[in-house]
Amino acid sequence: MSNLLEVENLRVTFPTPRGDLEVVRGISFTLGRERLGIVGESGSGKSMTGRSILQLIRAPGRVTADKLVFDGVDLLKQSERQMRAIRGARISMVMQDPKFSLNPVMTIGEQIAEALLTHQKLPRREVNARVLTMLESVRIADPERVAKLYPHEVSGGMGQRVMIAMMLIPEPDLLIADEPTSALDVSVQAQVLDIIDELVKRKGMGLIFISHDLNLVSSYCDRILVMNTGEVVEECKAGELMAAKHPYTRGLIASIPRLDETRDELPVLDRSAWAKA
Amino acid sequence: MTALSLKNLDISYGDVQITHDVNLDIADGESFALVGESGSGKSTVLKAIAGLAPEWTGEITVLGWPRGHGIDRAFSRQCQMVFQDPYGSLHPRKTVDATLGEALTIHGIGDRNARIEEVMTSVGLDRKFRFRFPHQLSGGQRQRVAIARALMLKPKVLLLDEPTSALDVSVQAEILNLLKRLRREQNLTFLMVTHNLAVVSFLCDRLAVMRQGRIVEVGDVADLKRGDLKDPYSRELMQISAAHAN
Repeated sequence: MSNLLEVENLRVTFPTPRGDLEVVRGISFTLGRERLGIVGESGSGKSMTGRSILQLIRAPGRVTADKLVFDGVDLLKQSERQMRAIRGARISMVMQDPKFSLNPVMTIGEQIAEALLTHQKLPRREVNARVLTMLESVRIADPERVAKLYPHEVSGGMGQRVMIAMMLIPEPDLLIADEPTSALDVSVQAQVLDIIDELVKRKGMGLIFISHDLNLVSSYCDRILVMNTGEVVEECKAGELMAAKHPYTRGLIASIPRLDETRDELPVLDRSAWAKA
Repeated sequence: MTALSLKNLDISYGDVQITHDVNLDIADGESFALVGESGSGKSTVLKAIAGLAPEWTGEITVLGWPRGHGIDRAFSRQCQMVFQDPYGSLHPRKTVDATLGEALTIHGIGDRNARIEEVMTSVGLDRKFRFRFPHQLSGGQRQRVAIARALMLKPKVLLLDEPTSALDVSVQAEILNLLKRLRREQNLTFLMVTHNLAVVSFLCDRLAVMRQGRIVEVGDVADLKRGDLKDPYSRELMQISAAHAN
């Protein structure tokens, strides 16, 4: 399998009054047309990894890498104009919260059409037809009505499905989903993930699924990277997560309460053990 | 003795009726969970009890005292609420000291210094945090401050609105342990709203499942652990949670 994305020694740095702060410290991974999960806690650098692939980290933040190649294109050497042609069309990103990521003054139909028209010229009628098909494929029952609504008129779960529709309509090769469901209910969560999963499989895309939820990641991905303080501490197959070896991963797994909980107290991570500030 | 009792509680926001005929009896010292999906009205029930949703009919009784529709200081001393998002529920321009001291000022309670120190110790906050602002604290530390604030008046009943859903799993474990310990030490009664059944399993004794403003089932957490809930909707929730936890 050829690699869709190759990342070698990726570093993201922000200057602070007390010197540079490295939030991603030299991580390397490759991605084929598969589903890769990145898990970690707040501040582990997982979102920064996703953003740096899309070159979305603004000055004064700095991204360096020995290699950051997407499908033969060196992302670090692209101009801003060239990156705009890649974002959305080739690599797209589903953000965490539909409330803040959708444009509140555009209807849903217009926004999805905009995502498509930015990258290709199409006749109006075809655009409309594709928007409606896309809304249908994210299981929105009444696409014609929903296309005319504004984001505040739909629920969180529907908003997130709209965002997925918008991200998938230009048919990208790689989808980065940054906590796509953490603003949603458990019952809606499964629905949204199933949709992502189905579309990714059908179109043979690559998926990077960023989340803090170990269980979720292990059930929706093929391979998992566990991150802590900007480093990858463990890489394993999704099915083998419960047999993870690193104390950080083990600590995280142990601290999740279970449905048939019998422990009187949950084990808590001892951060001092391996976190080098 | 009943710590908290709701009778025929109908809550509305303007013309929209949110809950229909909610009846609950929570015993003194019990930890009770209210579960359901967004929009089921579970948080609204807590808000009505805390006095934040004043348009209700029916009866709310805490430790034998009926609650009125207005601000009720005696009630506030018995019953306090902890909110979901520690990033949103603390005043950004008030130090921890000011946040914790406010309740004492309102209720004209002296001995401020000692009481603040005592509460901070009991929630496991080091005294060096006392004069910091919320933005200088991590999510877990903020939620500790929010819990400390709720405990300032030494209430008997705590209303918890998804107290850990905005936190990382490892921090969630710390806060859950803290809540469990506080309940044991201070003999508190909890009414917790959550959609995480695993958290219910860890912290609670009984649960009620809500859907579209109605309680569809009240059961023991032991039933939940065995997967023995009866209502089809409760079973559906249970299955989703089980699928997630593998």
